[in-house]
Amino acid sequence: MQHILETLARLGSTSGFTTMTWQQLVMIIISCVLLYLGLVKKFEPLLLVGIAFGALLTNLPGSNMYHPEMWDAYIAGEMGVGQIIHDGGLLDILYIGVKSGLYPSLIFMGVGAMTDFGPLIANPKSLLLGAAAQFGIFAAFLMALGIFGFEPNVAASIGIIGGADGPTAIWLTSKLAPNYLAPIAIAAYSYMALIPLIQPPVMRLLTTKEEREIKMEQLRPVSKTQKVLFPIIVTIFVCLLLPSVAPLLGCLMLGNLFKECGLTDRLSDTAQNALMNIVTIFLSTSVGATAVAERFLAPRTLFIIVLGLIAFEFATVGGLVLGKIMCKLSGGKINPLIGSAGVSAVPMAARVSQLEGARANPSNFLLMHAMGPNVAGVIGSAVAAGFLLAVFGG
Amino acid sequence: MVNYTFGMSLLDSLVGLLVVFFALVLLMCMIKIMTAIGDSRQKKAAAAAMPADLPAQPEAAPLQKLQPLAPGTAGDVKLYDTDPRTAAMLMAIVADELKAPINELRFLSIREIKEDA
Repeated sequence: MQHILETLARLGSTSGFTTMTWQQLVMIIISCVLLYLGLVKKFEPLLLVGIAFGALLTNLPGSNMYHPEMWDAYIAGEMGVGQIIHDGGLLDILYIGVKSGLYPSLIFMGVGAMTDFGPLIANPKSLLLGAAAQFGIFAAFLMALGIFGFEPNVAASIGIIGGADGPTAIWLTSKLAPNYLAPIAIAAYSYMALIPLIQPPVMRLLTTKEEREIKMEQLRPVSKTQKVLFPIIVTIFVCLLLPSVAPLLGCLMLGNLFKECGLTDRLSDTAQNALMNIVTIFLSTSVGATAVAERFLAPRTLFIIVLGLIAFEFATVGGLVLGKIMCKLSGGKINPLIGSAGVSAVPMAARVSQLEGARANPSNFLLMHAMGPNVAGVIGSAVAAGFLLAVFGG
Repeated sequence: MVNYTFGMSLLDSLVGLLVVFFALVLLMCMIKIMTAIGDSRQKKAAAAAMPADLPAQPEAAPLQKLQPLAPGTAGDVKLYDTDPRTAAMLMAIVADELKAPINELRFLSIREIKEDA
């Protein structure tokens, strides 16, 4: 009897229920809220469910699945990857793919295999709108630095939320500010899901009804040769200009080449389905695992959430303002609403442009016109991330 | 980074935005060059293939003049040598064959292909 009582007492003392801190309890509640948003409200469920569950696992006391102190030692050069594999938990091992930049690059390969750059090639001016929408990145960077007092490398990682591109945000943050990976990834994906709520008020505020009603001419057809040459040209020129962006952009364009060349259908299929799904599981769970209670529950997390929203709004403003300028210069042939699609978030932002255009004029079809700036935004945010890494990565 | 002032960050932001614009403008120029080369090659190929005495294409009959636009319409369909009744039948047949509601399809133009006499 005594032995049974001792065994039960020992079990009780090691149980998570008795060892849990209040911070861990709060994180478990936050994880459940995120799961609710992903599963019930359908906010980017493919990623948010994994992130939320990773956060749940890492905050269960005694689970030993992720050890932030090991990664601190790794950054300080006191521990190697081999030792992390030997001593770490399951999520530590999965996190190696985030830290090395492997997962975001492979996700980009899948994105490339699913993306049609035809609307962009048909209307190359779309690239300007994709560039203008990166204004949000630098506006949020300046605010994070000047108003909220973040360190330059952290401010750069916060700014990239304005790129509205999850893999890019994770890629840059894992290199510049790994301790802030969880809040930045959660902010990026949450706001991407909220684009239909975030963008329309700004779009209506900055454009007149006449501008929103503008019907654009049908895009010209794009030949297969142009579609095949495009990823090769982009890779050569952009990666020569900014070598730090090569892993992301190279994978994006490789995936697109698989799709467009017509000779590698099996590879394209794998990149956009099986590989993408596997990597999404690893990426989301390991990013969620970085939401460790003692690091996540800080006022700075709230600041990041606020700055993320500001970044999205400024990105929308940047695209719309250039859209209005292009509308004036073209004599009213360009609907400025397509400018807001330059924030990436493919294809959600383009769909919002289409819906707002159709609301002003039911016979308006802006979707394909908005897809140009939309995919240009993916390239633009990758270039901006490469620039920030080159400046703050040293 | 030590002594990183707000002024420096402002300059970095400006340079960053310029780099993004420069990269994408560079791409825009490359696409335009690629398109120009492609177009000129296509024109040459078309000119070589086209017989010299081909009759000019007839002008499209604007549907708008015949019928006012319905609310929620997808816009005009350009008709070349096709009367609206035939066009309506063709659109209905295509929708039926595709098993898609006709209001989810967009027809840009319908042209009667005439055999050479």
